[in-house]
Amino acid sequence: MNVLRCLVCLLLAFGLCACETVEPWERGALAKREMQWAPDAMEISLQAQINASKEASSGGMGAAGGGCGCN
Amino acid sequence: MSLAAQAALQPGEPAPAVSLPSLAPGGEVISLAALRGKVVYLDFWASWCGPCRISFPQLEQLRQELGPQGFEVLAINLDEHQADADKFLAEVPVSYLLARDTSGDSPRAYQILGMPTGFLIDREGNVRLVHNGYRKSDGAALRDHILEVLGE
Repeated sequence: MNVLRCLVCLLLAFGLCACETVEPWERGALAKREMQWAPDAMEISLQAQINASKEASSGGMGAAGGGCGCN
Repeated sequence: MSLAAQAALQPGEPAPAVSLPSLAPGGEVISLAALRGKVVYLDFWASWCGPCRISFPQLEQLRQELGPQGFEVLAINLDEHQADADKFLAEVPVSYLLARDTSGDSPRAYQILGMPTGFLIDREGNVRLVHNGYRKSDGAALRDHILEVLGE
């Protein structure tokens, strides 16, 4: 029981790692191409266009961005 | 975090002191205080920031044109690895002052919200303009602001 409690606490502590704030000047790694939801802006806009016409719906697609909060 | 804490430094406020090692080989310390008496554009940049690549040639041109009137640019690099900054500068060479902050203290003091952020600082050391981001068309308006502050 005690072990289980420890494990839960440990998992919660690991979860807290995600609460770190990323400052605007610390986004170098996030700005990398491999970190984008959609690395190619042209491709994602084409896909969104096709999806909108096939599904008769639009929106909900991610758009590429630089990660610096300014692009 | 409250909204007030997130707001960037406002025009009219004194520019926080900056004293950082130069990015140039040799690495002497560059301080903002040493530039007192000049109109300074303090630019926070990184190699991974797209608009920075647009701003550099324009700032270089402004510095070349208005330097004799007492205008200086101090660009503070915030890259994690200096090699990235060096590569960027090899592609977009500039002749103005370049420093490097690895601690994040200076962008924190200036409360920047995005990259790049530029601060136009007058001869008395007060912030006169906060410029967030950079678009190709920003150069003309920036030049007007610099001329206005230079003419005081």
